[in-house]
Amino acid sequence: MSFEDIRREAEAEWRALQSSPKPRIFLGAGTCGRAAGADEIGKTIRKELSRHGIEAIITEVGCIGLCYAEPLVDIKKPGKPRICYGDMTPEKAVQLIEDYLVKDNPRADMALGIIGEGSVDGIPSLFELPVLKPQVRIVLRRCGFIDAEDINQYIANGGYSGLSRALKMTPEQVIQEVRKSGLRGRGGAGFPTAQKWDFCRKAPGDEKYIICNADEGDPGAFMNRSLLEGDPHSVLEGMVIGAYAIGADHGYIYCRAEYPLALERLRKAIARMEQYGLIGKNIMGSGFDFQVTIKEGAGAFVCGEETSLMASIEGRRGMPRSRPPFPAISGLWGKPTNINNVETWADVATILREGGEWYGKHGSEQSKGTKTFSLVGKVERTGLIEVPLGMKLRDIIYGVGGGVLGGKAFKAVQTGGPSGGCLPASMLDSPIDYESLTAAGSIMGSGGMIVMDENTCVVDIARYFLNFTQAESCGKCVPCRVGTRQMLQILERITRGQGMPEDIGDLSRIAATVKQGSLCGLGQTAPNPVLTTLRYFLSEYEAHVLEKRCPALVCKDLIAFYVLPDKCSGCGICLRACPVEAIAGGKRMVHVIDQQKCVRCGTCLDVCPAKFAAVTKVSGEKVEVPGEPVPVTSKKA
Amino acid sequence: MREEIERIAAECGVERGALIPILQKVQERYGYLSPGAISEVSRLLRVSDNEVFGVASFYAQFRFTRPGKHSVKVCLGTACHVRGGATILDNVERDLHIREGGVTEDYQFGLERVACFGSCALAPVMVVNKDVYGRMTVSKAKDIIGKYRKA
Repeated sequence: MSFEDIRREAEAEWRALQSSPKPRIFLGAGTCGRAAGADEIGKTIRKELSRHGIEAIITEVGCIGLCYAEPLVDIKKPGKPRICYGDMTPEKAVQLIEDYLVKDNPRADMALGIIGEGSVDGIPSLFELPVLKPQVRIVLRRCGFIDAEDINQYIANGGYSGLSRALKMTPEQVIQEVRKSGLRGRGGAGFPTAQKWDFCRKAPGDEKYIICNADEGDPGAFMNRSLLEGDPHSVLEGMVIGAYAIGADHGYIYCRAEYPLALERLRKAIARMEQYGLIGKNIMGSGFDFQVTIKEGAGAFVCGEETSLMASIEGRRGMPRSRPPFPAISGLWGKPTNINNVETWADVATILREGGEWYGKHGSEQSKGTKTFSLVGKVERTGLIEVPLGMKLRDIIYGVGGGVLGGKAFKAVQTGGPSGGCLPASMLDSPIDYESLTAAGSIMGSGGMIVMDENTCVVDIARYFLNFTQAESCGKCVPCRVGTRQMLQILERITRGQGMPEDIGDLSRIAATVKQGSLCGLGQTAPNPVLTTLRYFLSEYEAHVLEKRCPALVCKDLIAFYVLPDKCSGCGICLRACPVEAIAGGKRMVHVIDQQKCVRCGTCLDVCPAKFAAVTKVSGEKVEVPGEPVPVTSKKA
Repeated sequence: MREEIERIAAECGVERGALIPILQKVQERYGYLSPGAISEVSRLLRVSDNEVFGVASFYAQFRFTRPGKHSVKVCLGTACHVRGGATILDNVERDLHIREGGVTEDYQFGLERVACFGSCALAPVMVVNKDVYGRMTVSKAKDIIGKYRKA
């Protein structure tokens, strides 16, 4: 069967599905949807449907990115638009099936928005909502819309037509098309993709490899996971196109073992591709052969670095080596190798389908196209987002993200994971592109974007990242192995209140050495969290070192909890909740925290009823409290 | 164990390049890499025990002691960290009377910290066996552990 026949069939099947006389239900069942309870809701819905005797088509879809509203369920009744409902619970699902499917009340009060054509009174269009309106969805276009395990749904929505087009071009023309798009590597460093491919294509040798880097190791980033779960074929299509352009006949996908669902979807996707002749021998009858092997990572952050990743695929310790020779000349098993990130590969599929010029219309002058980010941390609307490069940080955090959680003050946004930096409020109006982020001391990275509010301590964050990079440093080169440890020790000392005045100068000096002297990207970027926080938040370091005070009230050795005697009603709630029995008191007796026993977990502050608000958290100040429980004097109940 | 490991190795391909997948499958089968299992793998691949252990010990995934029946993993990724993951870990440690990396005396629970599950939007996150629990609080964590204690 030719690809044209396959496509016609897939499109007919898709149209039939769209006009199906049965209602359709879409379950957001990516890893995060499942963590939020999607499986249980799926079970409830199936049970309710059979109870009412309704036949419906249930489709499990990937992540649409509205993580804050998970779990999500969409319902499309025949002849009606598709309505998306958020914050689902089994109880709400029972109600919704009854109200909408049985009684035809679309429950506008429970709906988030309408997806696609059509309208229903009282329900906005989903893509007009502030969270989605500023976004431009190219890579994520199909995530949350199609059944990720159904190759026909992918094909009916433009899938593999980029490959079909590429195979009719010469490899040089394919590279030229990618060059026109201006695509740069989405893994973080931003190297022009076409140039990278060209090096590898021109490298001498008959045997060449391509690799998809899906070792998304940055804590706080899940863009690649969502894409692999929600639309695995787009990544695979990009890989086949790249292999053709470069002249590789074998590819590897290096995916972290922590992503079981992504791995499962990839395996299923490859099996379906084989059936359709989209992978293996003589792809689409073009005479081009290509096969893919999946390699599961075994948990090492440094394996995101390309030479380490290749060592790991070869079954060795994942340690980097010096370059040159670059992988394009001598990579996996000593052969020319080209590595790109998950998102880069998926972008390639779109570029070949829509054309390089079309893609290049999005984004800014130097940074073309769109980029996915995982917007998380202290932000109202956490989620997976895709925006054109060049958009201002402010528009992302306040527009798409809806601002800081609970209306608190914005402090910093962290991009680029352990290799990136913390950018302060004064940077909110700078655009998100490779050059601006590097100038600010951070990096684009693979797309983690973590918002921090006034209750986040930046010294603690620097310590957190150094703890991470120090543990993940492979130990091969001295600046990284010893330098990260030294920086961590200084930061631990500072957060414990034992910092010395010279520590701040020492930190900057060691950071500069590690940055310059390390062998690979891990060490070269590991000081960034320290350098950026020193640059933008020096006064917080000084408060820790000179005043032994944590202004954000985070560092446990520098804070204390007290029960305010004039507010405590002696109710005993905190006393019972304290995990270490550090609170003394009795009925109608003012409670007292034993500062020696207290582990500063904050449970008492969380459980103290808001009407009393008797627990306070302080740093660097003394609160006058009685030494032992005394009778409550206030008139409160 | 010899035959079982031979079977696993044959599945992955008996070659040096397949070392990591073989170790992954052996650990999946036995829960950890015992000295005996490492010797078997090195014999099959004709490399030294040292080389196998050297590779295995490089990667966080591999463990060399018997795990607990239920594996509790508390995420300390960045998003979880800023939303209080460390406090969750502290309390689970107190609840189970073990430190991270440890196993309870009755081998019912093993506790680990992990760097990121990629479910950051639901931070803080805890994973027990293969179930992911999001938006953790100290008391929710305690209830969840209790559920597995009975199971």
